[in-house]
Parts: sequence; C-alpha cells; structure tokens
Amino acid sequence: MGEHRRRSAQTTGKLFFLSVVQTEVPPLFVVEFLHRVADTFQDYFGECSETVIKDNVVIVYELLEEMLDNGFPLATESNVLMEMIRPPTILRSVVNTLTGGSNVGEKLPTGQLSIIPWRRAGVKYTNNEAYFDVIEEIDAIVDKSGTTVFAEIQGVVEACVKLSGMPDLTLSFMNPRLLDDVSFHPCVRFKRWEADRVLSFIPPDGNFRLMSYHVSSQNLVAIPVYVKQNISFLETGSCGRLEITIGPKQTMGKTVEALMVTIHMPKSVLSVNLTATQGSYTYDLTTKALIWTIGKLNPQKLPNLRGSLSMQSGVPKPEENPSINLDLKIQQLAISGLKVSRLDMYGEKYKPFKGVKYLTKAGKFQVRT
Amino acid sequence: MLESNKESLKLEAMKRIVQLISKGKNASELFPAVVKNVASKNIELKKLVYVYLVRYAEEQQDLALLSISTFQRALKDPNQFIRASALRVLSSIRVPIIVPIMMLAIKEAATDLSPYVRKTSAHAIQKLYSLDPDQKEQLIEVIEKLLKDKSTLVAGSVVMAFEEVCPDRIDLIHKNYRKLCNLLVDVEEWGQVVIINMLTRYARTQFTTPWKEDAVFDENNEKAFYDSDSEKKKEQTETKAYIMDPDHRLLLRNTKPLLQSRNTAVVMAVAQLYWHLAPKHEVSIVTKSLVRLLRSHREVQFIVLQNIATMSIQRKGMFEPYMKSFYVRSTDATHIKTLKLEILTNLANEANISTILREFQTYVKSQDKAFAAATIQAIGRCATNISEVTDTCLNGLVLLLSNRDETVVAESVVVIKKLLQTQPTQHSDIIKHMAKLFDNITVPMARASILWLMGEYCERVPKIAPDLLRKMAKTFTVEEDIVKLQTVNLAAKLYLTNSKQTKLLTQYILNLGKYDQNYDIRDRTRFIRQLIVPNEKSGALSRYARRILLAAKPAPVLESAFKDRDRFQLGTLSHSLNVKASGYQELSDWPVVAPDPTVRNVEVIEPVKEWASSLGKTKQHKSDDKFYSDEEEKEEEGSDSSGSEDSSSSSSNEESGSESEEESNEESEKTSSDSGKSSSESERSSSESEAEREKKKIKPAVADSDSGESEARTSSSSAESSSESESDSENDSAPQKTDVKAKPKMEVKSKKEVSLLDLDDFSPAPTNTPKPSVISSSLLSDLEGLSLSNTSSTLQITTSSFGPVKTYELLHHMTGKGLSAKYHFPRQPCLYQPRMVAVQVMLTNSSDRSLEEIHIGDRSPASLNIHCFNTIERLEPGASVTVSMGVDFSDSTQAANFQLCTKEDQFSVSIQPAVGELLMPTTMTQPDFCKEQKKLLGMNETSATIAIATANTSSQTISKQVLSVANVGVVPSSNNFHRFAGHTVSSGAMVLVSLELKESSTALLTINTEKSVMASMLLRDLKQALTQA
Repeated sequence: MGEHRRRSAQTTGKLFFLSVVQTEVPPLFVVEFLHRVADTFQDYFGECSETVIKDNVVIVYELLEEMLDNGFPLATESNVLMEMIRPPTILRSVVNTLTGGSNVGEKLPTGQLSIIPWRRAGVKYTNNEAYFDVIEEIDAIVDKSGTTVFAEIQGVVEACVKLSGMPDLTLSFMNPRLLDDVSFHPCVRFKRWEADRVLSFIPPDGNFRLMSYHVSSQNLVAIPVYVKQNISFLETGSCGRLEITIGPKQTMGKTVEALMVTIHMPKSVLSVNLTATQGSYTYDLTTKALIWTIGKLNPQKLPNLRGSLSMQSGVPKPEENPSINLDLKIQQLAISGLKVSRLDMYGEKYKPFKGVKYLTKAGKFQVRT
Repeated sequence: MLESNKESLKLEAMKRIVQLISKGKNASELFPAVVKNVASKNIELKKLVYVYLVRYAEEQQDLALLSISTFQRALKDPNQFIRASALRVLSSIRVPIIVPIMMLAIKEAATDLSPYVRKTSAHAIQKLYSLDPDQKEQLIEVIEKLLKDKSTLVAGSVVMAFEEVCPDRIDLIHKNYRKLCNLLVDVEEWGQVVIINMLTRYARTQFTTPWKEDAVFDENNEKAFYDSDSEKKKEQTETKAYIMDPDHRLLLRNTKPLLQSRNTAVVMAVAQLYWHLAPKHEVSIVTKSLVRLLRSHREVQFIVLQNIATMSIQRKGMFEPYMKSFYVRSTDATHIKTLKLEILTNLANEANISTILREFQTYVKSQDKAFAAATIQAIGRCATNISEVTDTCLNGLVLLLSNRDETVVAESVVVIKKLLQTQPTQHSDIIKHMAKLFDNITVPMARASILWLMGEYCERVPKIAPDLLRKMAKTFTVEEDIVKLQTVNLAAKLYLTNSKQTKLLTQYILNLGKYDQNYDIRDRTRFIRQLIVPNEKSGALSRYARRILLAAKPAPVLESAFKDRDRFQLGTLSHSLNVKASGYQELSDWPVVAPDPTVRNVEVIEPVKEWASSLGKTKQHKSDDKFYSDEEEKEEEGSDSSGSEDSSSSSSNEESGSESEEESNEESEKTSSDSGKSSSESERSSSESEAEREKKKIKPAVADSDSGESEARTSSSSAESSSESESDSENDSAPQKTDVKAKPKMEVKSKKEVSLLDLDDFSPAPTNTPKPSVISSSLLSDLEGLSLSNTSSTLQITTSSFGPVKTYELLHHMTGKGLSAKYHFPRQPCLYQPRMVAVQVMLTNSSDRSLEEIHIGDRSPASLNIHCFNTIERLEPGASVTVSMGVDFSDSTQAANFQLCTKEDQFSVSIQPAVGELLMPTTMTQPDFCKEQKKLLGMNETSATIAIATANTSSQTISKQVLSVANVGVVPSSNNFHRFAGHTVSSGAMVLVSLELKESSTALLTINTEKSVMASMLLRDLKQALTQA
C-alpha cells in the first residue's frame, strides 16, 4: 500500500488524533479535518476525552462514516451531522429503548443538497433570538522595562442564532475600517463585505463563529494593565526573590476581571514562599508553574505578590528570569473600539430579540523579565 | 440476539459488535449472522451493518456476495439517501468479483438525478480504481461525464477522482476550466482545496510565465525590495509588457476571496496558488492571511511557518511588515520557536537587523537550550549575511563564551569558528580567548572547532597553539573521535609551521593515533605521517604538504535550512517533510509558448457571456495596475502634478511641440480651472478665460510661422496677459495664490522703475515659492501655471534680447530605433524641486510603428536625483511629445546618465549641462550687486582680460552674448560696466559676473562666486562667446 506517514493533531486535553496518509496530500487538509472531527465530538458529547469516546464508540463510528468517505471529507458541518445522527441525550435514549426508535435520521439532510448546506430547513423557535459576542484578545509581548515589543488584537464574533425559518441577517459595524484582516464563516456573502463592509448572511442554526478578524499592529493597541516585577535569583545561597505588582493602565474606565498570572519557573526552583495581598497562589511542583489567581483589579489597592523562592542548591542560578503570562478579562469592552451598529433581518416576519456583548481577553500576553 | 425478531435487540447486538471491533477484537465469525441484517428496515441497524461489512468483506468474500443483491436493490430505492449509501458501501467492499457490478452501478449513479448520488459515484470511482486499475479507461469516461456536472456538490469530488485516476489527462479539464473557476467559491471547502491544487498544476502547463527572468533575479537579490524606485518601475513595466491570459486572470481573481476562508487548508491552497502562479507583485496579498493562520492550532502553525520560511527566503519584502508576528513567546513549542527564528533570520536586512538582534538577545537567554543554540546559529547567519553587523555579532558571541551553559558555549564556538573563517582578519585575540576556554569546554564539536581554528591560524598565535597541542597529547586517548581527528590535524599543521617546538609532540600523537581503535583515526594518522614526515618513499607529495594542509579554505556559507525546500510545491506533504512523498507530482515549469487558449472555449452561450464579462474585468484590472503605478510614482516624488500630465497629453495631441504653445495651453487650462473656483465672479472670469483660449488658438499659428524670437515674445506676452486676467478675476481666491500672482506684476513694474522700488524683499526668483509636498494637487497645478507665467515674465525682463534656445541631441533616431529625443534648458525654475534644473525633452517617433511606454529607467550615478516625466503610454509614428523633467546636477557639470526605456528597448542617454544652465537669474540693483561683490573677493574672484570682437561692444549685444551662455539676470548699471547676477540652482550660491569695457576693445571680465570651479568654467565659456563675432 505504499509508505505510511502520519500526521497528528492534538486537541484540548491529552487526546491525540492520528490519521494515516498514504500519498501526497496537503498536510493542512488533514490537520484541519482532524480538528473538525475533534470539534464535532466536542459538539456531540460536550467534551472530547478518552472516556467519552469509549462510551460513545458507536456514535463515533457512525459520525466518522458520515464525515469521511474513502479519505475525502463529506459532511463536516455539525448542523448537518446533527440532522443525520442525533446527539445522545438521556431523554432520547430512554425513548429509544421504549419505542425501538433510532438515533439515525431517516432522510438525507436537506442542507446537504441546498446551496446553504450549513442551515437545516424547518427550524422553529417560540422565542426568536440572536446574540452576538464580540470577543477580542490582546496578544502582546512587553519587555523588561515595560515597553511594548509587540501587540496586536485578534477578535472573533461568536454568534448564537435561534431564529425560525430562513432569516437573512445583516450586521453592520460602526467602524469597519478597523478590521485589517478578516475571515468568515462560509455563510457570509463576501461580495457584500467587499462592497459595503457589512456582514450579510443566512445564519446556521445555533452557535457558530461568524467571523474572526485582526486589528493590525499598526494601530496603537491599548495595554490594559502594567506589571511591575522584580524576580531575582541570588548568586550565593539557594534562594531567590520575587515581587510582582499589577496596576491598571488603559482600561477605558472598565474594571479588569479574572486577572491571573502564570509563571513557569526554572527547573531549579524547588518551592515558593510568597504572600499575596489579594487572591491566592498555587505552585505546582512537577510543572513548576506558579499560578496566582487575583480576580478583580482594584485600582485603589493594587494586588501584590512577594516573597522568596527556594532553589535547589548546587545548581547554577538560572540565566534568565521566567516570563510572566497574564490572563484577564474586561467585560463590555472591545479594546479595539469596534462597535456593532445594527442588525437587520429580512425574509421572515417575526421580530427577533437581539443582543450584542463585548468582551476583551488577554490572549498571549507575555511580560518578559 | 441478531436472530431475534425485535429490532431493538438486534440494534443492541450490532452496537456490541461494533464495540468489539473498536477494541481490536476479531468479530469475523459473526459475519453470516450480520450479513442477514443488511436488508433491515431500521436505518441505524443498517448503517452499523455497513460499518461491519466494510470492515470484514475483504476477508469473507464469498459471504459478502450474499449482501450484494440487497445493495443492487437499494440502488434503485426512491430515497436518494439510501441509493447513495448503498453505492458507498458497495464500492467499499473490496471484492474483485463484483467489479463489473460496481462499474455498472457507478455509471448508473453518475447520471442520477440527485447530485448527492452523483457525488457518491465520484467517490466510488476512486475506490474502484484502487481495487482494479484495469478499469481506468472506463472510469475516465465517467469522470469526463461528471466533470461536466454543474453542481457545486459534485465538483470537488470529481476533481479528487480525476487527481487520483488520471491526473495527466489535462485535456479533460480544458472545457471545464472556466466553469470550475466560476463555481469555486460555492464549492464546499474540502473540494476547494482539491480544485485549487489541481488548477495550479493546470495553469502551470497552460499559461506563460507572468515573471520575467530578470524580475525573478531581482527578487532573489537581497536588496531588491528596498532598492531604488527605478527597479520597481522596471518590474512594473515588465509585468505590463506581459499580457496575462484572461483565463489565468480569471483563476487568480476567483481564488482571491477564498483567502478569507475559515478553513486553513483552503487559505494555504490559495496562498500556494498565488505563489506559483501570480505575478510577483500580486503575491503579497496572501501575506496577511498566512499571518492570520499563525493564530490557529499548533499543528497548523507549524506547517504554515514552514511554508512562510520557504517563501521568506525568496521574498523578504512579503513578510517584513509582519516581522513582529514572528517574535517568539516563551510558551511556544521548540519546533515552532526554531521555525520562527528561521523566518526572522531570513527577514533580516540592514534596516531591521538591530531590532532583530535585540530580540535575539532575549532568546539567547532562554531556558530552552536547544532554542538558545538555534538562536546562536541564527546570529551567525545574520552576521555573515549582513556585513555591517558582523563585528557586533562576533563580539556578542565572544561574550557568550563565558556563559555557564555548555550547549550555548559550544554552539557559540562553532559559530565563531565559521565566522572567523569567513573573515580571516585580525581576530587573534578571540582565538586566544577561545584557547583559554578550551579546558572548560567538554562538548566534542566545540573542542574540535577550537582545535581546527588553532591549526588554521597557528601562525597568528605562535605561542598558544603548541601549548594546546601539549595538553591534547595528554588527554588524547580519552577524547572523542572528532576531537582526535582535529588533534591530528593540528599536530600536522604545527609540525609544518613550527617543527622545532612540536616535532616530538607530533610524533607522540601520531603514534597514539596509529594504535587507536577507530580506523578513521588510524587512516588519518598514517596519511598525515606519510605526508609530513619526509622519508625516502614519500616522494613528491610531501614537498607539497604545506600547500595541501595550509591551503586557504573557502569560507562556509551559512544558509537557511529551507533553501532547497522550494523544489517542492508549497503546502504539500512533500514540502513539509522535505522528502518526496509517493504520489507527489512535480509542478511543471511554465511553457515557453502558451498552448492554444481556444481549447477552453465552450460552445454553449452562457459561458461565453461569462467569458466576455471576464474579459471586461480583466481590463479593469489592468487599469488597476496602471493606477497603482501612478500612485507609486506619486509616492516616489511626493508631488506629482496633474498639470504636467495634462500638458503632456494635450500637447501630444497637437502637431508641433513648440514650447510657447504648450505654455499657453497650460495657461488657458489653468485660468479655466481657477475661474471655476472663484465664486463671485465666476461668469466673468470664465468668459475671460474663454477669450483667453481663443487668443491662444491663434497664437500657435503665429508662433509657428515666425522665428524663434517672436515665439519667445508671444509666449511671454500671452503669459503676461493671462496673469493680468488672472489677477483680475481672482481677487477673492486663496491668499497664497494672489501672493504669488502679485509678484510677477510687481516685477514687471520693477523693471521699469528700478530706483523707486527696493526689491530686496523679493527672493530672486519668486517661483521658488512652491513647496510641492504640502500643497494639494489642485493648488499645485495652479501654482505650476503661475510659475510658468512668472518665468516667462522674468524672461521678459532678463532675456528680452535673448536668441533662440539651444537644443541638444539626447538620442538620435538611428540609435534609438526610431525614437529620437532632443532636450533644451527652458531656463525656468523646476516645478518639482527648487534644487533641480528644468530640462525639456522632446520625444519624436520617427519610426513607422507606435512606441509604447516611454519612461526613464536606471540612472547613474545611482544617487542622481531626477524627476522623471510620467510614462508616455503611446507615441504614434511621426508624433512628438514634449515632456519636462528635473535634474539635480548638484552644481556640477557632470553629465546625468540615465536610461530612456520603451516597452522593448532601453537606451542609455546622458544630459550634459553647460555651466551657465546651472544658474538662475537674480534680480538686484547696482548697489546691491556691489555689496555682494565685496563679500566675494580674494579667493572667490576670478578675472581675465579679454579682447572683445568689435561687433560686440554695444551693451545690447554684450547682454545677449552673456545671456546666451549663462542664465543670469541683467543688473542695470552704468555705461562701461555690464553686470549680471545669478545664483546656482542647487546650492543657491551667488554668482556675479561683471564686464568692464576698456579701450581698444579689451575688457576685464570678473566673476565672483564661492564655486571656484564653476567660475573658471563660466569664465571660459563667456570668453569664448564674447570674443567671437
């Protein structure tokens, strides 16, 4: 059968998906598909772990059968798959055992054939609602002295659309010029975007990612917090010092929440003895990860973590101080300043309930020390 | 349970069986019982049976045949879903006996009404082909039929089948090419990937290359992207010269939106398509999307980075703006880090190297030692590639030698070794330093490197090397092989250079090596001994030992590990493994001559329409290109005046290229535009400008028929009148304008009543006022017009008796293949930059075909600052066009060399300025002149007594002669004195010429200026002019 090569894709958790490739094929094709498989499992079973897959092995088989035919992806939209193979629920399994019904749909999903394969037909809701979350992540590298080496904003618009029938939505932004590079869910009409800078689409049913975008690093990126740090390992004796203070910088008047600091200590750090003015910290001895969970940032009383590190003796002191990874959330704020101006619906008569939520998160936010 | 009547029990049983299979247990003995259920009504049960069948049918072929009849029945089922799944399973059963049945089923399904079934049949083709390759011919027929399918559902699958079964049957694609391109956006994402890859291959065989050879070369050239504008221009013109096949353009245009896809595989596929197919300047649109992919999962990151690494070697400029996206985070995995490092190194150039090195400094300290080592290598590569930073890098690396970590030190040693080798200058202190460190380094590779360095440069460190050899002799037996080999080398080299001290040591080491366990070392020892120790047998070779061992070695080239990756198509498995995977198809080179494009024409009317629209769009695109080039040109100069464009185009329409006409044309245009602006008096002024225009229409005729002198006069008078009319109509326009406008009038007055008005307030030439970079283009064109009128009025003042303009030949029509060019100095201040000398070039096409795209190419010296005229798109046979350009000669008479390019040819031409043309007239009064002259005495004064031809003694003729040589202004002065004042264009240094007439037709000619070289040249020219009758 020729030589076998493998490609693996890791998902969340510690599960590896492996696929065997016999001939030349674009590697991303395979990788992307494996990620879709993992996403589908996530959708079906709520999580994607070894036990879940073992428990649902039959559905997994059925799913793979539908998703792949002789190595070519068939249906990868979970909307379509759900119509063919219904996800397991307790209620349904009870009903099935009583009636002898099955999990497998009788008909070919209509979406598979129509020009909008992502939406199933005959959707009906009593409450028609459409929610959009604008989530932005700040990727930044801040150097020792506090100057930003690199910063950019990556954003996504996640949508949760529960609308009956075939609604045709148009979402427009106040300031679409901010968006530097965008990628869309296949449902978005690219031509409209090119011409009018509005998102026009017939949404899939349920949760989906409408678009992801990039705000260029040319624009100034507001860094919401500053970190004052002092980590030192003493040459003599086997100990070191650590002091970290975090304060607000450009928060646009919003509170910074869910603040968390992660530091991967050098291998020679045996234990830490610290005191935190706010929140709590843990130090994992095996992974050498110091995690300080702070929570809300109070501008009046800045959180501070200080104390000593005890080191393995006899080992030379580490060359470099570990860098600090920051995690944070700011509710009701898109840090790039992007704003949704309106959402219009055509094609259906009812009046949907609409909502937009903004959230800013730290993505790969790193402070070098 | 399978025998049970109850469906639910059967289902339960099947589920258990599937679970068994999943655990890897053999469930084949259940085959007979399972097969019976294939006819079940329950779809879920049926599906599970299918799963089972596909798994075991190959083992139990006879029993599997039992199920076939069920499938055949199912193929006729009214439910398309059932038809499709029956075909799927049927084709998945790998039993050779049923091949004919499968074939039949596929053929039938290919004509099914449901696209879903057709899609399944396309999949079945591949399966059947792998089961029985003999069916190829028949299958190709089916593929051909399916390729014609218009459903987006089928397209992806059938192309996949095509790729699998008959990838070389390109002829099947021809008719479907346009359809595939147009459908592409609507095809599901997996199909898109397959189709794009197929079309890439197709396009490479069907279209000619959009890259010109030298353009490719330029790209490889490190600096290409940042180099002078001229190169950019060249590239552009080349792409313009190449006319892209509309189908080729169609493909590029239709794939572009897919860059926005959420599927990374699609984005990558489009990126590689652009990389392999698009003209070089269009490739960069994929950059952004590729950088976006870096946000994706780790595996995706890895593959994308690999591809970027390959791309960045060839095209630095593409990714340079995104350099920061490749900065390494401490949380990245090592293989990602090293790839990013690779890319950063590839992107390094003179401009950004300091930023990159600063970034590298952080990396070197990383806890990830493998990464730190890779960083050191990267620094080494930067150091060799960019000579400016070599020393800095070297010093940095030497500092690293005192690092505590062994791997870092070892890596630094190795890199330093390579660097020193590339730069065999005086670095003996570094070598000494390394010798000192030798005891502490245990990594064999590093030790070996130091030993090699010692041997190579043993003459630079005569004392240390023998000592090191002594140490090595002690520890020789416990060293690694690689170190031993280098010890032997060192010993041999030292023996040759310093045999007195090292003879015994060398012999000792050679003896040790002779009995070493490793045969390599024994061999080497034997070889070295024969080579260097003279004995009877050794003969001729040993005489050359010194030359052999101490030959100058070529420096190693530190280059990217991705250098040779480009032999693979981007985005393929082979590329990311750097090994040819089975089934990899080489991307063919561009054909020299495009195959017949008409094969893609489709007879049906509808596609023809598409075809037409695509043509239209292509044109649009082309104009886009043009637009770009314009824009770039504008950027280049910061100020491109629409006015000059107008003038050139308008004058190109006219027959004669006479200057006056052009000016007047411009004038009229300007007035009309001005009049449009003036709000209150718009009507009046427009009517005026109308009249103006009429006047002008008459004038050219007059100018043509008259001599050159009258020409000058008409132009000046028209200019004057227009300026007057302007100032009438434009009292309410912007103050800047009126300001400028006022000046010429004042000057006119000043000429008449010099003594009344002190003109010191005015800068010599009021036309210097335009500061083009800031002023908007419309205003600019206004100013331009004004400046023209200005100069003509100044000319009126200063050169009232000035003769015809001297015209010089730039390019003869014989050498220029029909294009001839003449130039003259209009003696106007240059519009583009005040430091430039204006030059008007008249281009004439004396050939019998039209010339296209006349523009200025390379110039030399490279620093030469030329304002080029806008590219002339087309020059009809016999037509001529006058264009103006500006040259900054920097006050030297050195010729400005540049290339005049047409679409096909390039001609080297040069403009040699006479010294007098480098001046601008200055208006001043006699007292001022004397005052200035007093400042420029001594060194700055050059004078000569000349004999003036008797005919020249009248003041008028003297002025005329002087002005014909130099562009200076007449200073009104008393009888026997003639004074002229000017300043140099580039530096603005004052140049004063005075002529004192003496008896018996001699005169004292004095020139006062800081520019002594200019003074002497000007003196010579003036002397010549005045002595001649």
